[in-house]
Amino acid sequence: MKLLLRKTAFAALIGLSAPAMASVAYVSNEKDNTLSVIDTETMEVIETINVGARPRGILLSKDFTKLYICASDDDTVQVLDLATRKIIDTLPSGEDPEQFALHPNNKHLYIANEDDAIVTVVDVTTKVVLAQIEVGIEPEGMAVSPDGKWAVNTSETTSMLHWINTKTFKIEKNIVVGQRPRHVEFSKDSKVAWASAEIGGTVHIIDVEKLEQIHEMSFKVPGVNQDRVQPVGIELTSNGKYAFVALGPSNHVAVVDAKTYEVLDYLLVGSRVWQLDLNKDETQLYTTNGVSGDVSVIDLEDMKVIKSIKVGRYPWGVVIDPNS
Amino acid sequence: MFRTASLIATFLFITLAAMPSVAASTVDVKVGYVQWTPDSGPVLSNVLPEPADAGLRGAELAMADNSTTGKFIGHRYELTPYVADSEQAAILAFENLQQEGVQLFVVSAPATTLAAIMDKATADTLVFNAGAADDALRTRECHNNLLHTIPSYAMLTDALSQWLQLRRWNEVFLITGPTEADVAWADAFRRSAKRFGVKIIEDRPWTFDADLRRTASKELPLFTQAKDYDAVVVADVRGDFGEYVPFNTWLPRPVVGTQGMSPVAWHRVVESWGAAQLQSRFNDLAGRDMNSADYAAWAAVRSIGTAVTQIGSADPRSVRQLVFSDRFQLAAFKGRKLTYRLWNGQLRQPIPLVHPRGLVATAPFEGFIHPLTEMDTLGFDEPESTCRING
Repeated sequence: MKLLLRKTAFAALIGLSAPAMASVAYVSNEKDNTLSVIDTETMEVIETINVGARPRGILLSKDFTKLYICASDDDTVQVLDLATRKIIDTLPSGEDPEQFALHPNNKHLYIANEDDAIVTVVDVTTKVVLAQIEVGIEPEGMAVSPDGKWAVNTSETTSMLHWINTKTFKIEKNIVVGQRPRHVEFSKDSKVAWASAEIGGTVHIIDVEKLEQIHEMSFKVPGVNQDRVQPVGIELTSNGKYAFVALGPSNHVAVVDAKTYEVLDYLLVGSRVWQLDLNKDETQLYTTNGVSGDVSVIDLEDMKVIKSIKVGRYPWGVVIDPNS
Repeated sequence: MFRTASLIATFLFITLAAMPSVAASTVDVKVGYVQWTPDSGPVLSNVLPEPADAGLRGAELAMADNSTTGKFIGHRYELTPYVADSEQAAILAFENLQQEGVQLFVVSAPATTLAAIMDKATADTLVFNAGAADDALRTRECHNNLLHTIPSYAMLTDALSQWLQLRRWNEVFLITGPTEADVAWADAFRRSAKRFGVKIIEDRPWTFDADLRRTASKELPLFTQAKDYDAVVVADVRGDFGEYVPFNTWLPRPVVGTQGMSPVAWHRVVESWGAAQLQSRFNDLAGRDMNSADYAAWAAVRSIGTAVTQIGSADPRSVRQLVFSDRFQLAAFKGRKLTYRLWNGQLRQPIPLVHPRGLVATAPFEGFIHPLTEMDTLGFDEPESTCRING
């Protein structure tokens, strides 16, 4: 009996000692000032990393060597080295950075400064602030098109999508959408962008060529008061088949046919589901559930929630490192 | 060939961008703000006075929010504030602004002043009440062009009674102060108690006039003597004696109502649903915390801004029409979209229950059901109100 226990402990130790082998997900815990590191094989938290105050948006560098973290209350963006899992640098970010997006050139970081109504563009290699662009009140969502042409910012109180030309850093178009737009996600071919409006309860699909809305979606979760259906995070599969929309305090994720915009299913996850990320082969989707303090794992083959993983307090963002 | 086409497309975007007001022509939005806060007289608990600019600062912040949105679509907002030192001055200011062509107003004043103002309002003037919580304005004395962003007393006391019921604190001791507002608050509470099955086992008016800073510990235990109760409910709107009730009750029981744990429209401790950002924007502007009066004025001016952004016009009839349509939704940092009640123009809103340094809960609570929206379990529902301002 004793021998068996020891063996188990030994095996666990080996697992821990080789983090680079396992695929991992990073989760920012807004009220714990930490990142939870989840092994996606065992679906367990294997490490908790202390970071700056009120970590929210997180993203990976294009070469998957670094993780950028918006430490909102420290007014900075921290740089985590993925090999050592240590904070190695900070970037000037402007005040209260919430969400950000990295240009495909792996250099230009677009940061939404929530308290200042601006978007700051920083070169992550030189740490030079290239531009500060005035946008609406409470800039929140940030996305750069995969072809690198557009950076889009959503301003929550102004309820607009601001389309920023990435060559000139100037706003070229403002599109009014539903109340409190939170997140923008581009299709892999950069042809359409999906934008969620939390209070409006809608998702707006924009034709990027024309810069016009081509469709507006709403959601009805059975048995849930319509007020509680609040779309936030969006993920699109690269084959163009599915869109997943986190519906906030309705505690459900909508599975949407990305071509017909038909809702195929509503999956029950944790409380106040916020952000989402797909794993590398797009067989699983991770969701952060702010109020229940956990991460739900959805198996995309069966479209079923297979696990919930306890993380820190108020998990905000999640990214899965496809290279790990 | 293909490349040429995409070049032209890019060129077109830039041309469009050179005209910032693509979506709409220039719209000028003039909003009048009239405030009259009567002196509530000397109070025993005068340690932390209420800010004199409560309400005004909320309107100013909402104006800044509106203007930022407006600059992207060619809408210009202008706020003309007037903080009056008498009821007559408030009414006169309203009339003057109306003559100058202002048609959209936010008024933060007692119900009687508001009624006098509405008597002077033309058919083309839309007024948002951000100051008077009186239930009569929502049940009998309604006006077609009057909307309410401040919650009624009934909304506050319904929120409190739901919570008392939820906690099974069904038997309470009610203390009512001497002012008209105290009596109105207590009347609202009695209605709510009945509605949600809370029993008032003692219902006593506050008649003492001693200075409680010296004698609270002696007088209040005796005053609150009763067989048993689960909580003490205080109706002391101006904050006269109520602050001295907690910890001085005969039985070791919590104090709720206008003091202790209170139902409010807004408080510093509300921080979820992006409220932290609103709180910090307000603090930057006013150098103090945002309160319920500020929030009500903010919600009123933001309602105007939200409507104007959608319709591209500041015509009060169009604003009114939009605000009552199902296209309207106010994002107001309370976790759900806010809308106006069709029958009496009251803004539906969740009610936070707070103590001075923390949020306890937010009503309405799960389990209190309503055929249309659980938000209408707070305040006077359509069958209980004689108002039909939309026919």
